[in-house]
Parts: sequence; C-alpha cells; structure tokens
Amino acid sequence: MMFKRLQRDDRRRVRITVAGIDVEAREGDTVAAALVASGLDVRRKTAVSGAPRLPYCMMGVCFDCLVTIDGIGNRQGCLVPVAEGMQIEIQQGKREIGR
Amino acid sequence: MTAAPKQETYDVVVIGAGPAGLAAAAVTAKAGLSTLLLDENAGPGGQVWRSVMSTPVIAPDKLGADYWSGKALVEELAASGAEILHRATVWSLDKALDVGFSVGGGSAFVNARRVIIATGALERPLPIPGWTLPGVMTAGAAQTMLKSSGLVPSGQTVLAGQGPLLWLLAAQILRLGGCIDRILETTDRRNWLTALPHALSFLASPYALKGLSLIREVRGKVRVVSGVTELAAAGDGMLQSVRYVAAGKRETVSADLLLLHQGVVPNVNLAMSAGVDHRWDERQLCWSPVCDADGGTSVAGLAIAGDGAGIGGAAAAIASGRIAARGVVAALAPSRLASLPSKDQLAAALDRATLGRAFLDVLYRPSKSFRVPSGDTIVCRCEEVTAQDILQSVAIGATGPNQLKAYRRAGMGPCQGRLCGLTVTELMAETRGKTPQEIGYYRLRAPVKPIALSELAALPKTEEAVSAVVRG
Repeated sequence: MMFKRLQRDDRRRVRITVAGIDVEAREGDTVAAALVASGLDVRRKTAVSGAPRLPYCMMGVCFDCLVTIDGIGNRQGCLVPVAEGMQIEIQQGKREIGR
Repeated sequence: MTAAPKQETYDVVVIGAGPAGLAAAAVTAKAGLSTLLLDENAGPGGQVWRSVMSTPVIAPDKLGADYWSGKALVEELAASGAEILHRATVWSLDKALDVGFSVGGGSAFVNARRVIIATGALERPLPIPGWTLPGVMTAGAAQTMLKSSGLVPSGQTVLAGQGPLLWLLAAQILRLGGCIDRILETTDRRNWLTALPHALSFLASPYALKGLSLIREVRGKVRVVSGVTELAAAGDGMLQSVRYVAAGKRETVSADLLLLHQGVVPNVNLAMSAGVDHRWDERQLCWSPVCDADGGTSVAGLAIAGDGAGIGGAAAAIASGRIAARGVVAALAPSRLASLPSKDQLAAALDRATLGRAFLDVLYRPSKSFRVPSGDTIVCRCEEVTAQDILQSVAIGATGPNQLKAYRRAGMGPCQGRLCGLTVTELMAETRGKTPQEIGYYRLRAPVKPIALSELAALPKTEEAVSAVVRG
C-alpha cells in the first residue's frame, strides 16, 4: 500500500468497480487516485512493450494513467472524477478496437 | 458549471483556471468583456490551488496560507460574470483565434477576439534509470492526491531531487501523518556560489522566510541526504529500492514509493502549436515564449500569462494574468481602463512577486547528469525510447527532435513530448555539439491532446469542406 487516506474524511462514499471488484472511493477522487488508493494491483501494461505502469504525474500530462472507463478505452484516469457505479478496467497493452 | 459554451464567439477566451487564468478572466469579465474560461480540471485552482474549493484537508494549518489564498481569487472570478467550463480540454488553437476543445465527450469551436493562454507549468522530467517503474511518481503527483483526495504516502517513501516544491510537499505529508523515510537532495553544492550574487534580493522576498522554515520543519523529522550525484530506481515490475551516490558513497534504500522533482518548466504545447515564437531560456533551461510587457506574443491577439510564459510562481502568475487582461481591456474596452489598477501598479506587483526568483533558478539549476541521461535509461516514456537509442539515431543521421520522430517515434506517443521534449533537445544538443536553440524542439500541431476520431467527425462541417473531399 503506497498511500493511505486521512483519518477524518467526511466526503461521500462512491462505489465503483475495478475489474469487477467493488471499490469504495470518495466524492472528489479522480479515477486514478481511487485506483492508487484501492490497494489493488492496478498496473496497466504499455502498448509498446507490455511493461507495467502506474500513474506518474496525476495532472493530465503523462498518460500513464490510461484506463478503460465504462467501456471506453484510453481515458486519462487522473482527469475523470469517480461517479457512482463506474466500471473500470485495467488496460493490458493498447486500446482494443471498438472500446 | 455548464457542459457546453453558451456562445460561439467571445471577446476573450482564457485557457487554464490556475492563478494567472483566474486573475485574467476576472479582470476582463468585470470590465464587461464576454469571457470564457476553459479548464481541464474538475474545479478551479490549477495545480497550486488544486481542489481549493473541495479538498478534504480542511484544517487550515496543514496546506498553508498560500494554498488557502486561492479561494479569494476563485470567489472573485465567480462574481465577475465570466463563463467557466471545467473538464474542457483545449486541443486546437490557431492564428485566427479559433479555439477547439473537448468537453463532455464532444468537441466545440469558439472564436475569440483575444486569447490568453494560462496553461502554467509541468514538472521538469527527471529521467533516471527505472523512472518508469510503478511506484515512481512525481512530487507534484503526490501533492495532487494529497490536496484533492487527502491521500498521503503510507509505506517506505523516498523523496528525491531538489527545489522549493520538494520541501513544501515533505512538510505537508508529515503534517498529515504520512511517511517519508529519506530525502535525497540533488542540488549541486557549487550552485551556492553562483547563486550568491542573487542572495540579497532573495532574502528580501517572502520566499526566504517561508522556505527556510519549511526546510527546518522537515529536517527535524526526516533524514536528509545532501549532495546526491547519482540516482536510480530498481525493482522487478514494481519499485523495490532506490540506489544513490552521495559524497562518493554508494547506498541502497528499500522503497515502495519514490517521488521525483527537479523544478517546473513552462507547459508550451498549446502556445507552440498556435505558432508562438519560443526561445531557449538558458537560466531556466527550458523553452519560453517570446512575450512583450503585456504578455503579447508573435501571434496577434494571443497573450500568455503565468508560469507558461516563464517560471515565476503563483504570486507572479496573478500579477501577469492581470497585466495581460489589462492589455486586452485597453484594446477592446478602453473606456473601462479607469476602473483597473494602473500599469505601473501591476508592474510593481509583478516585480515584488519575482524578487528572489533568480536566486532559486540558479541555486536549483539541475545538474547535467540529471537532465541528460545515458545508456538504457528511458527518455521517451510513451514510446519507450532510451538515451542509447537516441545516440544511435544521431550517429546514423538524425539531426534534431523532428528527425528523431521518424527514426524512433520519440515524442509521438500520447503525451506528445511533454515528458521527453526537454531531454531530447538537450541530449541531441550535447551529442551534436550544438546549442539547444540550434537543435530546436518538436514541431507541435493540433490536436495537442489526443481526441477520438469520432469526436472530430461529429464537428459541424461547412458545405465547402464537404465538397472538398466528397467525390462526384
């Protein structure tokens, strides 16, 4: 576990699923932050060599947080706020055609 | 907040809702000019005031007074009458001042009489061996998570690099009960000598007291290793350790999080793609747009304010945002100028805010060894191109960053060179015995952020455009 949440955090809970697993995020989290905080193995694989990566810059610059959100691939997870019921898939290599 | 612009044309479009953009948009809107502020994030504040209206870190002493000062400007903007669109990613800007942006899954174009770019800064790459491993992030990334989600490092954490942000982040992490095992400081000790002539103006600036007290606060709680000359991240599929050399001694520390930082540089992609002239800034070691006193550029009607015009920090960004906005008001609504602070007042505010900057620039000038990597260290993270790959490309004829694209695809991944551009320029300059100015930068074009083809296709088309491509 690389990160922990504040002890006092009154923000509303938001439920999302990550590769089918229920994860509790908080309102105001970005998808990338929720993934990093989840404690799950959320490493994506790069399109070029298949190397594992996690988010790097968290400000929309590096594209290492690319993720499939509600069926749409190559979204920048650090720019998308979590929403109730959101379904996240970790990308294995390049984006699949049609999603 | 709305999901689409209310108008097709505006007097002013401001891009970026950090200190410069908030300040600029508030001034032009209050002067009665129709103003659209476009911002990529979910809320106002940019990076320095990220989530200032929504952070869960509500105890006022944790993030510091400078952070909370952003609230006043956000409220000023809200009262100004400017239209603000969040989660709007600008991907096109041209000399006609047509602004293309993606919002809510669709794209739109608006035309502006004046545009102010306030897209700020991004962190200078720190390309060390292993910097692509999961568990290696930028210091800014950790600060973003801290401010917007109240997340703090909880495992074995190492901070490495240099610059004011590193100390501020360390203090914020510690105040919130996060873990830092070691800070590896890479400042070249010889820089103290070259920075000395600038020390007096620095000591007179507000940065001096704040900076020194932060460093004292952190040093009292964490082991700080100074004079680090080599740095590498290692691990099998995940960061496991950080290796470093300090005072000639090689050491390894186990870690599951490494936060890197060596200053910030202007985020030039949008301005360059619009055709704004840039030059190599030898003191800040980056590309900066060529701007006049009002932030005006080589593109008529297009001004740049804030760190995107050269690094000056948040206070300077506010001042330069107001200066650029005043320039716009002078051109479009001169009768409203009387209600604004005078040019001299604004220039004085900018001077005050940049006092001490020269000292920081020189002291925290990153060493060449941390800017120009070698061997199999990755330079382009997207296309996974190493320093050695680039040297080989130069050996068989690649002359600059744009030729390198054809040889190696460096800079052609989704980040569009943001994480490798400076390294590529400096590495090629070094290898070819040229200056960075002579080597140049990637030629940038719209779309400066990737968008789906379907989004482009769905844009409204003129009959002329359709007949140009439809046969028969």
